[in-house]
Amino acid sequence: MKPDPVAIAIQTALLLLIAPLISGCIKNWKAKLQTRRGPRIWQPYFDLAKFLRKDMVISEHASWIFSAAPYVIFLSSLLAGLMVPMVVAQAPLSLYGGVLGVIGLLALGRFFLALGGLDPASAFGGMGSSREMTIAAIAEPAMMLAIFTVAITAGSTDLSQIVHSSGGPLWKLLDPTHVMAFAALFIVLLAESCRIPVDNPATHLELTMIHEAMLLEYSGRYLAFMEWGAAIKQVVLLTLLANVFFPIGIAQDTSFPMLAVGSAAYLLKLLALAAAVVLVETTNAKLRLFRVPDLLSASFVLATLALMSTFLFH
Amino acid sequence: MDNPCSTFLHLSLLLYVVGAVAGLLFLGRPRLANLFSFGFATVAALCQGLSCLMALVGGTAATNASARLIPSMVPYVEFTVRQDPLGAFFGIIVSLLGLALSIYSLGYARGFYGRKNVGVLGSFFNVLLLSTTLVFLADNAFFFLMTWEVMALSAYCLVSYEHEQEETRKAGVLYFIMSHIGTGCLILGFLLLFQSSGSYSFASFHALGNTMEPAHRNAVFLVFLIGFGVKAGIVPLHIWLPAAHPVAPSNVSALMSGVLIKTGIYGLTRVFFDFLGTPPNWWGVTVLAIGTISAVLGVLYALMEHDLKRLLAYHSIENIGIILMGLGAALMFLHTGHPTLAGLALIAGLYHTINHAVFKALLFLGAGAVLHSTHTRNMEEMGGLIKRMPWTAFFFLIGAIAISALPPLNGFVSEWLTYQSLLQGFGTTESLIRLMFPLSGAMLALTGALAAACFVKAFGITFLAQPRSQHAAHAHEAAPTMLLGQGILTVTCVFLGLFPTVFLRVLYPVTEQLLGPNLGWDLSRANGLVLQTTADHGGTISTLGMVLMAVCLLPIPAVLWVFFGRGTKVRIGPTWDCGQRGLTPQMEYTATGFSKPIRMIFKALFRPRREVQREYDFSPYFATNIRFEAHVEEVFQTRIYRPLNRLVLRASRRMRALQAGSIQAYLIYIFITLLVLLLFAL
Repeated sequence: MKPDPVAIAIQTALLLLIAPLISGCIKNWKAKLQTRRGPRIWQPYFDLAKFLRKDMVISEHASWIFSAAPYVIFLSSLLAGLMVPMVVAQAPLSLYGGVLGVIGLLALGRFFLALGGLDPASAFGGMGSSREMTIAAIAEPAMMLAIFTVAITAGSTDLSQIVHSSGGPLWKLLDPTHVMAFAALFIVLLAESCRIPVDNPATHLELTMIHEAMLLEYSGRYLAFMEWGAAIKQVVLLTLLANVFFPIGIAQDTSFPMLAVGSAAYLLKLLALAAAVVLVETTNAKLRLFRVPDLLSASFVLATLALMSTFLFH
Repeated sequence: MDNPCSTFLHLSLLLYVVGAVAGLLFLGRPRLANLFSFGFATVAALCQGLSCLMALVGGTAATNASARLIPSMVPYVEFTVRQDPLGAFFGIIVSLLGLALSIYSLGYARGFYGRKNVGVLGSFFNVLLLSTTLVFLADNAFFFLMTWEVMALSAYCLVSYEHEQEETRKAGVLYFIMSHIGTGCLILGFLLLFQSSGSYSFASFHALGNTMEPAHRNAVFLVFLIGFGVKAGIVPLHIWLPAAHPVAPSNVSALMSGVLIKTGIYGLTRVFFDFLGTPPNWWGVTVLAIGTISAVLGVLYALMEHDLKRLLAYHSIENIGIILMGLGAALMFLHTGHPTLAGLALIAGLYHTINHAVFKALLFLGAGAVLHSTHTRNMEEMGGLIKRMPWTAFFFLIGAIAISALPPLNGFVSEWLTYQSLLQGFGTTESLIRLMFPLSGAMLALTGALAAACFVKAFGITFLAQPRSQHAAHAHEAAPTMLLGQGILTVTCVFLGLFPTVFLRVLYPVTEQLLGPNLGWDLSRANGLVLQTTADHGGTISTLGMVLMAVCLLPIPAVLWVFFGRGTKVRIGPTWDCGQRGLTPQMEYTATGFSKPIRMIFKALFRPRREVQREYDFSPYFATNIRFEAHVEEVFQTRIYRPLNRLVLRASRRMRALQAGSIQAYLIYIFITLLVLLLFAL
């Protein structure tokens, strides 16, 4: 299916607009659960606008890599988002890359993020880069195995195909393969979007931060693009989970009623997953760095079990 | 043979010979030796590349007959060559790298003026290129082994080029020994094949195929796996590779990592797919397992290195592993009778072969340029080079992105093909063995992510932040010819990444030759914009499309900038230093520190050891002097090779009793040997 410019434009806009909202919701609900008032759910939009309007201070040691990184991160997350089906089952850019393309693009963004962390010669940035790349490395096999499990069932790495084939009767959602692969990917999601058992998005303490450490030298416009890119990446991963494992209500074509139902279902699924993230974040403490591999190996084992169970149940 | 294709080929062989002779003629005159030997090599590589491309695209490669290069007087020894598709494909790799490396060497060899003999370097460089070319052309086992040996010896001479250093001499000897263990296995393998076919020509081996007895065939498989495996650097036969590649001059390291270890891949492909017929299942399983283990261990050891060239050498082991994953999967598919899938897996392996050749050579050339200007291979003494060597940094970054398998460059494309063939492999069999496919896929993902971590470290510590030593602070950009050499490879990397469907046309004749004609599929779609797998709705990728789309999205940040950021200013300031008085390079993250989390996570493998000595006056918290030493154990060295070494030495000490120096004893030995042989003959 050829990429449709209208679909691309709409999905781009959707990604750009919904990403800060989800971050805002997570922050707000987390505060509510901890009986704080918390920032408004719209706060990330104001933050981004403020960052964009600010002057920038750039380190004297930084090179062009430092300036290129925000754009690479922003654009690679957006591109990855265009390959994932959101409201409509047919992703606008599925022809240009399926799930492997999404993983590759997110990895490209991470590569530049880590380089941007090292560039200003600060020890914090180096520490963040080192940890980020380590965690990504041990999260990757679990993620790939879980995705392989799904892709094998669907016979394709094209996300639209995967969504099509995982549709069907509701009881399929209770398929053990499905459940375990979902659990594995959910753990990976927590690691990849810098959520609490792995990283703490609210901290600025040098011993605990990973993602924030790399952003430490960024300010103004660059910071806006990096934060926005990270928010989009989070939405991409949430969407991946929502639509691959619960393709309920996803629009099969672009007729108006389908779209209306699809949008509502998509938003609900996204918010439900965000709520799950909030629950995990409030009920868990951050893990010590060298305990994170245990968590991610659990995810790997879950993915392996999911794969094995295809023998038993299919 | 008088088509332009073979004319170019012969011309290139001749030019390599002329280049080798020219180097020796001008032994005492470095400038002339440099110009002539590397100049001739450049032209020769160009001719060779043209010839191979024409043969593959024009379709003549498939029908090329075997031809005598030089007449031979001795029976069985025939100097026959044949430019078939597989050989021509590897010929493209040699010529491409030969071209870029020769141009680079024109500038690089200047560093040796007055210090070393450039004529020798140029001469052996040509001999190595010539012999490698002939390895890919040889159509007779004898001729193959002769060129193979010339290649190994010239490579040995080049590795030992800077033989004043003990490290170099040791590495050279290690390479020599390992390489000859490999050659010994190859001789045995060809003799086993000869036993069945009665001829040394490759055509007769090809005709053998399934007619061999299973036991015989398995023996041939194992012997060749070891023989070619040593050259390719598979785990656990890899130990010579991280020793020999770094000590060679950088242009030679690039040639060794790019081309030389690929001769092992060529040999494996030739024997497994061309000679041995339908494989039993365990062959594919073995190759896939070896590939997976090599890939993961290679990258893990690479992460522990802070010697830039050793790091790259370990990555060669990783990439050979990835190539073998493709080949192993192809063998498994051939066993289960899925030639289409075997084609896909083989293409994945071969595509990664040329990709690895290009980006690894590019990275070695970058490392060479850095070494040339900072005089150190230790990353802990580098830093900030992106400001002093901007072009080298850019080229190295492209190589780093490519080797980390990130879109949109070539490493991503070939790993994507590998993933796809592994994924489809799951459906080819009902046995439990099929779990190997997704598990290898997961290990490939681990490899890719670790490689990315490793190259963030390699690029970040070497090129970014503040210079960590005086050498790095006073570095200078490489000579223009050196940049041109790197530039050629960079462009090739981008081309292979963005236009895979164009390049695949060169690979189709190879799969047709090895797996039978007309598999009835085409991986290209939408006029070559999109790459697809063989399955219906299996998956598509378009690196070019990604780039174009990214360009289309570029207006978004631009508009936001204009809309919100009008009139914002950029101020250059110091990095946040927590209120100290300025950051010093000592406060930066080091290469060792960067890989520490990974060292801790995989400590069962690395068994890290560290010694810290503090000298202090009154309290340990205020040390006046700290000495820090960290080691990582190389399991294969300490667990396999060192005990083996001891065993050999002990055995030879026992044997020494035989060699008493008395002539009477020797006469008795000769007599006994004669008797035994006579008895044997009865």
